[in-house]
Amino acid sequence: MPLSAFDEMNGVQESGQSPAAVREAYAALKTWLDTTPPEQFDTRRSQAELFFRRIGITFAVYGDNESTERLIPFDIIPRVLTKPEWGFLERGLKQRVTALNLFLADIYGPQECIKAGIIPGDLVYRNPHYRLEMRDFEVPHGKYVHIAGIDIVRTGEDQFFVLEDNARTPSGVSYMLENREVMLRLFPELFSKHRVSPVEAYPDALLATLRSLAPMSAARDPTVVLLTPGRFNSAFYEHSFLADKLGVELVEASDLFTKDDVVYMRTTEGPRRVDVIYRRIDDDFLDPLVFRPDSVLGVPGLMSAYQSGSVTLANAVGTGIADDKAVYSYMPEIVRFFTGEEPVLHNVPTWRCREKDALNYVLANLGDLVVKEVNGSGGYGMLVGPHATKREIEEFGRKLRHAPDGFIAQPTLALSTCPTFVASGVAPRHVDLRPFVLSGAEEIRIVPGGLTRVALKEGSLVVNSSQGGGTKDTWVLDG
Amino acid sequence: MRIRVVHETVYQYDSPARGLIQMLRLTPRDHEGQHVRAWRIEPTVDGRLSRREDGFGNIVHVFSADGPEEALTIRVTGEIETAETHGVMRGTAEWLPDPFYLRESRFAVADEAIRTFADEAAGSADRLDQLHRLLAGVHQAVDYAPGPTGASTTAAEAFSLRKGVGQDLAHVFIAAARHLEIPVRYVSGYFWRPDMPEQEAGHAWVEARVPDLGWVGFDPAHGIAVTEAHLRVAVGLDYLDAAPVRGSRTGGGTETMTVRVRVDDARAQAQAQQAQGQQRQGQQIQTQG
Amino acid sequence: MLSRTADNLYWLSRYAERADFVARILDAALRLSALPASYGGGETNEWESALASAGNIDLFRPHYDSVNEHTVRDFLAFSPNNPSSIRSCLQTARENARSVRTALTGEMWEAINEAFLHLRSFEGRDMTREEFARFLDWVKGVSLAFDGSAYRTMLRNDAYWFTRLGIAIERADNTARILDVKYHVLLPETERVGGSLDYFQWTTILREVSALTAYHWVYRESIKPWLVADLLILNREMPRSLANCYEMLVRHLDLIADAYGRRGPSQRLARGMLARLDALSVEEIFADGLHEFIQEFIAENNRLGAAIIEQYLG
Repeated sequence: MPLSAFDEMNGVQESGQSPAAVREAYAALKTWLDTTPPEQFDTRRSQAELFFRRIGITFAVYGDNESTERLIPFDIIPRVLTKPEWGFLERGLKQRVTALNLFLADIYGPQECIKAGIIPGDLVYRNPHYRLEMRDFEVPHGKYVHIAGIDIVRTGEDQFFVLEDNARTPSGVSYMLENREVMLRLFPELFSKHRVSPVEAYPDALLATLRSLAPMSAARDPTVVLLTPGRFNSAFYEHSFLADKLGVELVEASDLFTKDDVVYMRTTEGPRRVDVIYRRIDDDFLDPLVFRPDSVLGVPGLMSAYQSGSVTLANAVGTGIADDKAVYSYMPEIVRFFTGEEPVLHNVPTWRCREKDALNYVLANLGDLVVKEVNGSGGYGMLVGPHATKREIEEFGRKLRHAPDGFIAQPTLALSTCPTFVASGVAPRHVDLRPFVLSGAEEIRIVPGGLTRVALKEGSLVVNSSQGGGTKDTWVLDG
Repeated sequence: MRIRVVHETVYQYDSPARGLIQMLRLTPRDHEGQHVRAWRIEPTVDGRLSRREDGFGNIVHVFSADGPEEALTIRVTGEIETAETHGVMRGTAEWLPDPFYLRESRFAVADEAIRTFADEAAGSADRLDQLHRLLAGVHQAVDYAPGPTGASTTAAEAFSLRKGVGQDLAHVFIAAARHLEIPVRYVSGYFWRPDMPEQEAGHAWVEARVPDLGWVGFDPAHGIAVTEAHLRVAVGLDYLDAAPVRGSRTGGGTETMTVRVRVDDARAQAQAQQAQGQQRQGQQIQTQG
Repeated sequence: MLSRTADNLYWLSRYAERADFVARILDAALRLSALPASYGGGETNEWESALASAGNIDLFRPHYDSVNEHTVRDFLAFSPNNPSSIRSCLQTARENARSVRTALTGEMWEAINEAFLHLRSFEGRDMTREEFARFLDWVKGVSLAFDGSAYRTMLRNDAYWFTRLGIAIERADNTARILDVKYHVLLPETERVGGSLDYFQWTTILREVSALTAYHWVYRESIKPWLVADLLILNREMPRSLANCYEMLVRHLDLIADAYGRRGPSQRLARGMLARLDALSVEEIFADGLHEFIQEFIAENNRLGAAIIEQYLG
């Protein structure tokens, strides 16, 4: 089934008609693409590749063999959003993340939304990410999701949908920053033709957010650390990159210990109290005394310290419930219930396979739908109906019938495309967008832009880097 | 009846251990069928002991000691008055909605074999009847025998071995019951046996939710509903939530853990012999810095 | 700074220094064994003493039948079973470097990383003596490049000071090990023998610490065993002498103590040893027994190493 996707450069193109006019946001870019000699692009692309490798060199050399550390492909053609488009997204993102935080505070507190029938209780209680340890515990400053990555897809001039809420430990922000760095160095002439909103303030915004979340008992200059699972983690590069940019210590579990419900890090000057932990470790591994006992990545006693209020974890424990795709399907109701407003950003229509009618519909239409595991991520465990073989569909159907609760289904969206360099030249490829939303004690900060992921294979809708996706710099035009 | 418990957990470390932290779920609460007359937790080394409650309503003591210590004994002594309620639990701390106890948990995942077993065992529409059939079924299918299983054996592993201790039988029961969409939970505690006052560990059984009756206790190891000989300490989705001791330390090399439990009828044996007296262990090793 | 980071920096420098030491020991043994037996060379002796100086005989025995040039070269240069073989040293150094990649300068990282990668080209090859000598020169070059890059590019703060502590502790241990194995050739009774054998042994010791030329500059006379001992133990100008190592330890421990505003056992132990070395003469050392002195020094040096770990790195 060929999808007629919205082309972000050329707009809607009716079949059989002459090419539509270039959208204004892309006008200068289009001229640049049309007038630059192809050889020059080749040079720039290999320069970009080289440059990216060099910037990312700390990433690549960690492996014994350079080829074992893959660099995610980078496309030099930026993705452009206009100021009004961004303004709309920003409004929607703020509303969405505000609702997510209120939702979490509610399900770990009075559970009004369950009582009001907004969301079924057993969807919450039976969810492994709903953490008992967080019930009736007041998190510092009442915020749970401090760093959110909201995945957004576009299907038309004014049509944006939220595809997923990443409320645990979303990654990718280092690519947002480095992509811009590479573009600035390689294509200064392009920046002189556009007023691109800067993204460089992200580390400052993140640090300000983390510091604002310090517990009341913390010193005026709170100590923030970034907790990583270690250098064998696939996102370790991002962890060390961010720690560097934030100017905070990059710690592993063995660097931390707790005493009398206070967390300390071991330093050459003796134990130093830690106030805020930006943790890039999943809940399950945080504290072997409370969660998985076999975790060697966690800090014994950390939960006890956290519950005593002496330290802030960012994100809070138990935010994974907001990440759940079955919970996602209730987001429009959740937004209305907690903000009293109509959702600015819409959900992709979603069938909950836990509901019998929905399941029957999904089973009958597997070939047209995208089916996802409610707890899955990274593009694994999903079926893209239109691209699946008959056998794959049959197999998936069996899986679905066996455990329908574990799945949701969505229509196959025609994700918008952006011009992208591929082997044959410049061609449209499907993209999504992950902006990063920072929720501090008082304010929500969003750096204009985000990570644009692009499916490099022709016609592919899967943008995940683990499935052959690449990235682009994302430009938000400032006027 | 009146039950007296002495429960010692002895840790011995190859080399001195520091930064000891232990989460102790060793303190029972009152409910209609049991009244705690006296209860003490005494670690043999100096440290801090703070009391709190977890999400299930269990009483948790967090014990922490800086060390270095070569050994640690946690000694629990207490006396409880129990009454026969024919398995029906009333007045327990209920902090969680029933559907919570349908949640799958690490040690109690039903595999194909357990699902088949549960479907076959449960042939009844009545919840209580179902549970009794399941009780008999698990008791019959899995031998109550120590040996092949350990603290981290899963329900599926124990079920395929057809052998296990109280913990394993409880896990099999839980996995099967949850497959049948029955809210069910793990209970850790003590069981008085007139023929066996000295035991190698505490005991474990389950509680399941029965409409109109509330939570009802079943002991698959003995194939009975719980009695006044069952002394209930902590509950959870599985062993991990209710484990009597979860600990951590820095250094210390390999540890050996020995558990001694003595459960007596306090009235019948007013002069009940105390378990062996404990000497203060754990000589201080001097270190620099 | 994180204790783990300091620990990595400390061991990184120790292992880079140790690689250099093992290369020197092998170089000296190679030179001696090339001499005719009548000059004190010959196969076994020199390789045995190289093994004693730079390796652990208990780790050697399970893997080799006899002590000879072939087995000792393999054990000290390439064996993965020997944690102090050149290969193991470079590997451990690199692992430490990798863990603290962002605390190193690019030059330091490149020096150690490239050395590790290049090391592979030497492994598993049957090398002639000439080739092996070139390999040893390369190893010495690696340590020079690494130490030089640290010296030239690192900020002078605690990170740098911990690398200096690692070097100084390791170097003191290495010099003391040479003296421990060779002390008998420095004893007065051997002087009476006065044969060429001893002369070669003495020069070998000096070569092992790169001090043959230095000796002549300092003493301006023919080689005397007690002066060799004096140079290696008490001479503060000599970069590998015990006194120089302790001067370096005291200086950097003081810098750390001042920066952190707190002194501890490490500072006391280091200063105590330096004061002892200052007060001693080589005659007194010989009078009380060179062997006993060295044994005690090694124990004390280990104690200081443990104190540094306890105070800062644990």
